[in-house]
Amino acid sequence: MFNSPFLAETGAIAQFAGRFFREGFRPRYEVREFFYQCYVVGYQSLPMVGITGFIMGLVLTLQTRPTMAQFGAESWIPTMVGLTIIREMGPIITGLIFAGKIGSSIGAELGSMRVTEQIDAMEVSGTNPFKYLVVTRVLATTLMLPLLTILADAIGLFASYVGINAQGTTTLALFTNNILSGLTFADVLPAFFKTFFFGFAVGLIGCYKGYYASKGTAGVGAAANSAVVVSSLLIFILDLLAVQITSLLGFN
Amino acid sequence: MQTLTELTAAPASTTAPAEVVLTLEHISKSFGDNHVLRDFSLNLHRGENVVVLGKSGSGKSVLVKCVIGLLRPDAGRITVLGQDISTLDHEEMDQLRAKLGFLFQSNALYDSMTVRENLLFPLRRQWLANRRGQEADLVQQALEDVGLANTIDKMPAELSGGQRKRIALARTLILRPEIILYDEPTTGLDPITAREISGLIRQVQQQYQTAAFIISHDMDSVRLVADRIALLADGGCYAQGTYEELARHEDPRVNDFFV
Repeated sequence: MFNSPFLAETGAIAQFAGRFFREGFRPRYEVREFFYQCYVVGYQSLPMVGITGFIMGLVLTLQTRPTMAQFGAESWIPTMVGLTIIREMGPIITGLIFAGKIGSSIGAELGSMRVTEQIDAMEVSGTNPFKYLVVTRVLATTLMLPLLTILADAIGLFASYVGINAQGTTTLALFTNNILSGLTFADVLPAFFKTFFFGFAVGLIGCYKGYYASKGTAGVGAAANSAVVVSSLLIFILDLLAVQITSLLGFN
Repeated sequence: MQTLTELTAAPASTTAPAEVVLTLEHISKSFGDNHVLRDFSLNLHRGENVVVLGKSGSGKSVLVKCVIGLLRPDAGRITVLGQDISTLDHEEMDQLRAKLGFLFQSNALYDSMTVRENLLFPLRRQWLANRRGQEADLVQQALEDVGLANTIDKMPAELSGGQRKRIALARTLILRPEIILYDEPTTGLDPITAREISGLIRQVQQQYQTAAFIISHDMDSVRLVADRIALLADGGCYAQGTYEELARHEDPRVNDFFV
């Protein structure tokens, strides 16, 4: 059991995370590269996240409506959709989209840099490649995913408003009021905080897989692929942990 | 011909012994059961081109990566410009690397950057305050040294193999290193381009008085660039001497390279 590749990989990822905290807080700080990565990871993900958020809100509203209508509870749609999007759907869907788009691109980029010796070249140029490539990317994903999630939530709720108005009439004020009346800080804050961990997981796994890629172009493909698979799985596991913790704290 | 016991001797081409800039003492390196380097020793003098010759898989690239600090030898001592690299921390190693240039076998150009950005990268990373404001001039000079000033805004993917090698050499030269390590600089190039690169290696040596540690098995290139040749076999320095000396060597393991 102790020779398990799974355990070995888990240990290696934990060490990689440890190195991130050790090296990330020591100078020299790669501020310029960090902001560039925020631009790549955050800004360039906006269209994808926006479209996904819109469809998520619209579909959720349209599919819920008939059932809610059966119970005569159509007026509860904004509350229910708001709670669903903000607590669960927004963070999870955005996290998964983010893992697919950013996790794979980080895995492939670093993997290709590894197999073409660009990471070694960086080290030889007197640059710590871990700081320059890994720390900046992991920080960027950790900080950008929460912002993208807020954006996706907002767009999703707006899409829900559009969906409700497609088959009836509700004012924006009433819609907003309904959502806010169903939400507490215990709903919003844990959902917000868990996205930092999702972002950290996507960045860390993408960088780990890319940084240690081997075996030529096949290794790059494998790095990109497993970056998405493992970080998506980690998002679900972290989500499960988050729900257990909020439950223990009495937030559910 | 020199033997392993005469390693500290001056290069054949100079009369007075030049300063030793790189010393490898009893280097050993293994990967599992594969003992790649065993007790390898060699000196490099200022302004001298030393070629480490060996068959593919004999551990030449491992040796050069040990020198630059990308791999750590299991045993032995590497002294670069008077500093034992095993005692250096990360920052000290970075400072030392500013005085070393390394030309990768695969060139290792940053493919997401233009030629200009590739050359600016090491310049900006080394915090050379005295060179601030001269960056553009230095880039231009390095490109002119390799005869490719017109490629400054191109991406590496737009360049030919020989051009990529020259740009990689320009990137290595831009920090004006005291020692340049070349990892198979002519591998994969056509004979004419390989000869041009060999000429550039000589030109760099004469122009900047750099010492060069060259890993190669391309005998045409070796003949053109080597002041001294060390033959790597069985993980150690099997024989050493000038091109002519080794070409006349009676040992078939040495002589085979020169046939």
